[in-house]
Amino acid sequence: MKVTIDDIEVEVEAGTSILNAARKIGGEVVPPAMCYYSKLPGTGGKCRTCLVEVAAGSTADPRPMPKLVASCSTPVMDGMIVKNKTSQRVHEGRSAVVEFLLINHPLDCPVCDQAGECNLQDLGYEHGSVKTRYEEERRTFDPIDIGDKIKLHMNRCILCYRCVEVANQLTEKRVHGVMHRGEHAEISTYIEHAIDNEFSGNMIDVCPVGALTDRTFRFKSRVWFLKPMEAECDCTKCAGKVVLWMFGKEIYRVTGRKDQYGEIETIDNKTAWICNECRYDKKDLAKWKVIGPRVIDRHSVISQGKYETSINSPIKKIN
Amino acid sequence: MKNRKLLLENVHIPGIETYDVYRKNGGYRSVEKAIKSLTPDEVVEEVKKSGLRGRGGAGFPTGMKWSFLAKPEGIPRYLVCNADESEPGTFKDRYLMEKIPHLLVEGMITASYALGANTSYIYIRGEFMYILHILEKAIAEAYDNGFLGKNILGKGYDLDLFVVPGGGAYICGEETALLESLEGKRGNPRIKPPFPAVKGLWGAPTVVNNVETIAAVVPIVNDGGEAYAAIGIGKSTGTKLISACGNLVKPGVYEIDLGLSIEEFIYGDDYCQGIANNKRLKACVPGGSSVPILPHYLVTKTANGDDRLMSYESLAEGAFASGSMLGSGGFIVFDEDQCIVRNTWNFTRFYAHESCGQCSPCREGTGWMEKVLYRLETGNGNLRDIDLLAEINKKIEGNTICPLGDAAAWPVAAAIRHFRDEFEWHVSHKEEAIKRNYGLSKEPMLA
Repeated sequence: MKVTIDDIEVEVEAGTSILNAARKIGGEVVPPAMCYYSKLPGTGGKCRTCLVEVAAGSTADPRPMPKLVASCSTPVMDGMIVKNKTSQRVHEGRSAVVEFLLINHPLDCPVCDQAGECNLQDLGYEHGSVKTRYEEERRTFDPIDIGDKIKLHMNRCILCYRCVEVANQLTEKRVHGVMHRGEHAEISTYIEHAIDNEFSGNMIDVCPVGALTDRTFRFKSRVWFLKPMEAECDCTKCAGKVVLWMFGKEIYRVTGRKDQYGEIETIDNKTAWICNECRYDKKDLAKWKVIGPRVIDRHSVISQGKYETSINSPIKKIN
Repeated sequence: MKNRKLLLENVHIPGIETYDVYRKNGGYRSVEKAIKSLTPDEVVEEVKKSGLRGRGGAGFPTGMKWSFLAKPEGIPRYLVCNADESEPGTFKDRYLMEKIPHLLVEGMITASYALGANTSYIYIRGEFMYILHILEKAIAEAYDNGFLGKNILGKGYDLDLFVVPGGGAYICGEETALLESLEGKRGNPRIKPPFPAVKGLWGAPTVVNNVETIAAVVPIVNDGGEAYAAIGIGKSTGTKLISACGNLVKPGVYEIDLGLSIEEFIYGDDYCQGIANNKRLKACVPGGSSVPILPHYLVTKTANGDDRLMSYESLAEGAFASGSMLGSGGFIVFDEDQCIVRNTWNFTRFYAHESCGQCSPCREGTGWMEKVLYRLETGNGNLRDIDLLAEINKKIEGNTICPLGDAAAWPVAAAIRHFRDEFEWHVSHKEEAIKRNYGLSKEPMLA
């Protein structure tokens, strides 16, 4: 199927979403996604940051779609023409979504652990306004511990439901989910139950904001002071392919390997989720085989001036 | 012909809620006719001919919706009745189910037969628990008399009908949220596509219809689709239940022919008999809280000067600039003493409370609008807030997963469009606004 996104044509399989078609092109035409996570079935459609304009539905029915559509959950049709960067409506719609996401989100990036690798921060730079128009009191929650290693700071949550889907995959007896409704909706574990699973730490990796953080790393360092190093180990539970965040010879934290869209990479046809032992308990360099520096392929302060970034390299052209 | 009634004709007969009385008054004829002499496709054809449009609010042609239903081999199909009526101002389905429950049961059987569903559900709002008992009694009677269960009327058609109560969430009236809730999950609307006609309840093709729509299938099958289509005007065929409330002499549930003039409906002796206490009409919300409000000069006449009629087209004339929608038929009338700002705040408070919180524009936007409107209403607003409101609702509209976001945005947009002076009054007369809203403002009262 041929689909045109921002005047770039790309050939994709039937059933592909617009977002994934755009990712196939890469570069500037890819809409940002806060809730969609290609490795987690069931995610997507919620945050509305990936809204795009469909200027022509398909070759068979070239009428434009009246509303902006969520590119992550709308399948492409043959001959579809999509506008992302080139559409003023999309720009307005996305700014609206960013404003909505930020009205109740604390604007305290300087003290937030996620700063520097936060999707909402990036989005705010790109689409946000300088000043908030929200005069009311922001909604607040008390921080919750999900087990002894994960801290949930609900104030920062944007309710993307990614961590819920992680919990959904881990266990059938999920007690982690969304409670309440509307503005009062919150991620929580029912009566503070912890998720007892060896892979529960992956919730931290999928969180696009600073709502879920690693308690073994919280407030130890800013991420841009650390050097990310690719490393691996022989782990019986997971693939053991991780990124070590180091300062000198000291390991500050361990995360999965994220690609340019903030998703855990697929290595040998498997999503390289990492187990809790690798994440929390192997902070000793002797336990790892360090491969080399990790290229952060993402528009982020972490990659600033350190390694070659995709921003500096010319956009891939696909014809 | 006045006061023609297709649905509520027998409502006042004592004991009509029991099977015996209902049957004696011509009940279950449509089931007999459909199962004995019509094929399922012929029933669908009758409904198509009737021009019946969904009575839940959107007004989508029912016959067309039915013909969209996917029919793959080996997969069951479901019919679900949406009885989660919770729009402020709408109370027609409650009346129908409470007074004449067998009509809905009969409609469900006929419609299920037409769609080839062997299991059907009535999803009822949690607050209507007493109606659930009424319906369950009616269903039990239908089972006892061979209209439900195996081999109905000896023609080999099986149907099981269940009533399932929800938790009382407005959002579960959205069809995909309803299906989620029916499956036992959190009532969040699904991302569409796929639509329920392809992948609905438990992944099977499903049709979701409003109570009144399903009840209307009964007279359509009894008298034929053409007879039904002869009633009404243009593409608005048949009769419609209107739940009239507000400052009227005689509020209540009325069955009207579509195409009745609004003037007649408000002031006519057969209907609402005018505005209560000899007050003047100020505004009207003609289709439940989600539709745009109309100021008095646009209620009985359209912007072109034509008579405004109770029909899908006439109410929508002038689009959003000077029109509204028939919606679910929740007809709310305001007299000259009512405050539009307060009313708008009240509606918005409802939507902020009922938003499911799944997608960001609706979750954050409805709450934000509620707070700004509260500020205005209690005399703490400024002129900037009015423009801010207009902008917030423009940002919600069309950017959400389900229509709740639009439904929350339209009333605010319309109120500002037609009654901006009242909003400005709340800014320029702060003290009066606070005094008038005694008990509402958190600010200290002024002497």
